[in-house]
Amino acid sequence: MSSPQLEVLLQTLISGLLLGGLYALIGIGMTLIMGVMKIINLAHGELMMVAMYIAYGLFTLFHLDPYLAVFIAAPALFILGVLLQKFLINPVLKVDSILPENQVILTVGIGMVLANLATVFFTSDYRSTPVDYATKAWYLSDFWKSSPIELSLSYAWSMSFLIAVAITIALWFFLARTDTGKSIRATAQDNDAALLMGVNVGKMRVITFGLGSALVGAAGCLFIPIYYLYPDLGGQFTLIAFVITILGGLGSTVGAIIGGLILGVFESLTATYVGMGWAPVGRFVIFVAALIFIPGGVVSLLRRQKWGK
Amino acid sequence: MGQMKRYAPLAILGLLAILPLVGLSTYALHILIMVIMWSVIGMAWNLLGGYCGQVSFGHAAFFGVGAYTAGIVYSKGGASAWWGMPLSIVFVSAFAMVIGFICLRLRGPFFALATLAIGVILRVTAENLTGLTDGDLGIMIRERTWVEKTWYFYVILILAAITFYLVKKVIESRLGYYFVAVREDQDAAESLGINTTLYKTIALCLSAVFTGLAGAFYTNYMGYIDPKVVFALHDISIVTIMIVMIGGVATFWGPVIGSVIMVLLAEVIRSIPKLGAAHHTFFGILLIVIIIFLPNGIMGDMPKLRRILRMGKSS
Repeated sequence: MSSPQLEVLLQTLISGLLLGGLYALIGIGMTLIMGVMKIINLAHGELMMVAMYIAYGLFTLFHLDPYLAVFIAAPALFILGVLLQKFLINPVLKVDSILPENQVILTVGIGMVLANLATVFFTSDYRSTPVDYATKAWYLSDFWKSSPIELSLSYAWSMSFLIAVAITIALWFFLARTDTGKSIRATAQDNDAALLMGVNVGKMRVITFGLGSALVGAAGCLFIPIYYLYPDLGGQFTLIAFVITILGGLGSTVGAIIGGLILGVFESLTATYVGMGWAPVGRFVIFVAALIFIPGGVVSLLRRQKWGK
Repeated sequence: MGQMKRYAPLAILGLLAILPLVGLSTYALHILIMVIMWSVIGMAWNLLGGYCGQVSFGHAAFFGVGAYTAGIVYSKGGASAWWGMPLSIVFVSAFAMVIGFICLRLRGPFFALATLAIGVILRVTAENLTGLTDGDLGIMIRERTWVEKTWYFYVILILAAITFYLVKKVIESRLGYYFVAVREDQDAAESLGINTTLYKTIALCLSAVFTGLAGAFYTNYMGYIDPKVVFALHDISIVTIMIVMIGGVATFWGPVIGSVIMVLLAEVIRSIPKLGAAHHTFFGILLIVIIIFLPNGIMGDMPKLRRILRMGKSS
């Protein structure tokens, strides 16, 4: 392999990993909700879109850096998630109907309303936050003068990736060490047993939905400096989140991280070697391959090797 | 009563058949054609989603494949786009079998999401395969078969009648019982010796073929298709679900009632100047309200509705 080719490949892999880190954050939010509530939140991408508009609004009005907007958008999304769960999703879980997929259809309805309201309020123009560090990057030749190949690392991308990692670690501490976190995990493992052990399952569900929304909201704030924003962007991210959870293994946080990284790298490779427009098809190929060859997700492979727990 | 119920579909068909002779305006006829086309799609979805319990979020995929079969027959094959209707049966059922092989391994919400993904993927594929589909430019049928809408009306009416008859026959047959058994408890059905995968695939193929036929009709009727229109997630796949949810899941007349309501509602909302852009919001809110208060739709929750109405009268 000649050095320009190697350069392209390495560059593609690096941007894929950075993208994958952000995808992982989106996937974790969905997998948490799926694990605890056993429902699929099809408004997941739309919630991210709402957070992105919050970050965009804060940037245009107060020139607040999108990375700082995480601290406002994530709590706002937490509250939105709690309200949605309490007043819309919970009543439907109790209603008796022919189709058990009612809750999924309900979240589609919520997503539709959110996306359409965004169109009404912000029009369907493409928007972005022109931060001054968006175009800056680190170059390998700055650190290693005689480097045979040249690689670059965008400030914004690496910043977003690092914050995503930090949030993931914080979440891990929350789930592993705090009482609430342990109760959430117990509810995910066995609803009835958790109930018998005195866990307030109803409250855990509400918290989990809020937490999942907050996570995807944070991901939205991390995406906006490197991406653009329009009201219909939610749908594709809902799909991404779903593919990640299937790929990683349903309800598994570790799986979501691995799934996110795999998907990021794969999409980056498709975009470089097949064509930009084909990235969603690459996503689907991975989805189908995961369903056919590893139906339990990557986590099931780890378990078989006794690596994961 | 029993006699009346039996002949009601024929009576309605006869009534609809003489309607154009009364001299409807072009606009009214267009609305009627749309209502009937959506009922076909709704009935098709209901067969898979309502009776067999496999909720599909991607019926736009089948609609679009049918529409593009007709479009490509015309643009690349140089034949009349009407050939797309018989041809779409072949293409759509083959396509549905592939989809079934992949997606029917999944259950419940996971099947729903997989079909949703397929709808999106097909849109992207149609946008990028410019050699075959002309991408975003879409396909334009330059020669309209009829200037008058009357004949289009009869074509779709016949298609709707066939769909209604076949769905009824299938559901009242042994096959229908298998479908419902799969919906109610797939494991129990399997343990009783029902080959659930086979029956789910049959339901999917039947449902896909009728949706595809409606798509092929759409190409002929509208004369223009592009990937964003025929593979639309909200305007096709979700509207299909709404039609069945509103009318009544797993009822014969539910999809018909649902499509009357949805098409009229869409027209009314679009005609109000400032609200036109927000029609998805109204659809979404309607969907949420229906799911919370009438989870089985108007036909399915008829007793509940009657009770509410009676209470209103007596008080």
